[in-house]
Amino acid sequence: MMDILRAPFSEWYPFLFILLAGALPTQIWRWLGAVFAKSLDEESEFLNWVKAIATALVAGLIAKLVVFPSGSLIDVPLWARLSALLLGYGVFFLTRPKIIYGILVGEVVLVSAAFFYL
Amino acid sequence: MGEKAFSYWYWQGVRHLLSIPACILMMSFVGFGGLSAEAGLTPSQTMVLAFTTWALPSAVVVVGAVLNDVPFYATVFAVVLASVRLMPMTMALIPFLKSSQTKTWHLVFASNFIAITAWVFAMRLVPELPREGRFAFFIGFAFTLAIINTCVAGLANYFSASLPPVASAALVFLTPIYFLLSMTAAARIKTEYWAIGAGLVLGPAFHLITPETDLLWCGLLGGSFAYLINLFGKRT
Repeated sequence: MMDILRAPFSEWYPFLFILLAGALPTQIWRWLGAVFAKSLDEESEFLNWVKAIATALVAGLIAKLVVFPSGSLIDVPLWARLSALLLGYGVFFLTRPKIIYGILVGEVVLVSAAFFYL
Repeated sequence: MGEKAFSYWYWQGVRHLLSIPACILMMSFVGFGGLSAEAGLTPSQTMVLAFTTWALPSAVVVVGAVLNDVPFYATVFAVVLASVRLMPMTMALIPFLKSSQTKTWHLVFASNFIAITAWVFAMRLVPELPREGRFAFFIGFAFTLAIINTCVAGLANYFSASLPPVASAALVFLTPIYFLLSMTAAARIKTEYWAIGAGLVLGPAFHLITPETDLLWCGLLGGSFAYLINLFGKRT
């Protein structure tokens, strides 16, 4: 991270990091979207490619949160975490477009395993 | 916009906070508060992060960066890529919120509260409303949703240490499963399904190969693969 800033502004560093690495790179897309709302084609090939990259990135993040978790999830075995995700996903495909049942099934599987291992 | 008309439509928007998607989002923010506590973020840091990004993927990337000590530039890059989707979403919604009385700064302000839940909700309901009430209605829903969830995340972060481990495991798990399902539910074209599949496999794979910039490679290669496979499929 920004070690130069870390020492003199140690108290404010986390907020600076949040604003510069989190908020600004996020909001810029919304501002650009609001400004270009008229002149850019939402169906353009370039935007399709960009959307695909963004979707794969978020999916990768989701998988990482399940495969390499933090905190109490670490003590739930990998097979149980993956089963919870896959069973929830399966139920979602049966009940789509509603997402609530898939989430409930995934959580029930995870909590059952957690009760056993935690 | 008359004072009376604004508050009328504003509260019409607030009323819709009692809905299933809004409740799921609230639980996701409880989960996010737990995650941020595990990364060592304080309640105030969690609230600033939740409110100023107002996009869970970005906020989760930042928390992940803190957890894994990811360099600043890589975090910025990952957040930039994770938020790209907000631009087309904003471009699709903003024209509906316009009326003769809305100023540009109104629309830029409104755009700050566009995220998956509010966007899906607004794209469904806003076009049916009279033009003069749309902006107030959206702000009533989306701005209030952001304020409430910011507080929810802060409280969850503050109280997460006292939660039993089973409950905190359940809450931490809520973020990935909510995102996977809502992202798949929002997918409209084949490319997005391919991208979700590729990302799910490549995310953990690249984490083993290059942990600092894993999401970047996962997005670039997985997304390009999904885009090309769809392009190839169309031509044959």
